[in-house]
Amino acid sequence: MPEQNPPTRKQGLTAIDGALALIALLLIVQMWLLTATLESYLAGHHEVALPAAIISGVLFLTCAGLNLFVNRIDAEARDAGEGTA
Amino acid sequence: MNWFRRLNKQPLWRDEFSIHTDDERYVSRRQFTKFLVLTSLGMFVGNVWILVRSWLDKAPVYPEETIADANDIPIGGARLFRYPTRNDPCILIRPDEQTYVAYSQKCTHLSCAVYYARDKNRLECPCHQGYFSVKTGEVLQGPPPRPLPRVVLERRGGNLVAVGMDTRTES
Repeated sequence: MPEQNPPTRKQGLTAIDGALALIALLLIVQMWLLTATLESYLAGHHEVALPAAIISGVLFLTCAGLNLFVNRIDAEARDAGEGTA
Repeated sequence: MNWFRRLNKQPLWRDEFSIHTDDERYVSRRQFTKFLVLTSLGMFVGNVWILVRSWLDKAPVYPEETIADANDIPIGGARLFRYPTRNDPCILIRPDEQTYVAYSQKCTHLSCAVYYARDKNRLECPCHQGYFSVKTGEVLQGPPPRPLPRVVLERRGGNLVAVGMDTRTES
């Protein structure tokens, strides 16, 4: 299996930008979910609270995973940059 | 693949305050990502808070309270009262001869007091022009997100007795 080259700075930035866009999208969904859940709760529909909390947790974990991805790509790209400098 | 492995051997302070201009773009993106993830955590905590509140909420017990003599209210008339506590203003309306309805007077938008507009046969909030149906309490127009909570009435003899609140609304 050929050894995978670390991403260049430009590739790293592109990957990070993509991850950032995805995180922002997930955050918008999470904001909508929170307001919709609060609205339902105040209207007396308590049964929506549990599934909403689970989905919100999944969205948060996805964001946290993407954060780890960003940190890794960032470190790899800068390591590569230092190697070539 | 170990995602938790820190590949960069530089100390953290050299990462965050790099002397290379190019690295600043990475730092700002990394910090922004952290900020977004923290915001996401805040949203999750908010959802968990709602869940805990829904678990802790118990079914409220409402007192029975005579609020008016039915014949004292003219057709098309309204009367203000407080139920279930002194801090909960409500409005009793008699839209026709046999019908009596009562709602919380607090608008579901920003808690302004709604009043009965007899000529248009609807409840109106003067703050942001939110209108509610007299028959059901449903929102007819404006920013209120939910119908008005309804006071459950019983007619006992000539008296109107409030026996509960219907806060659960279809949405």
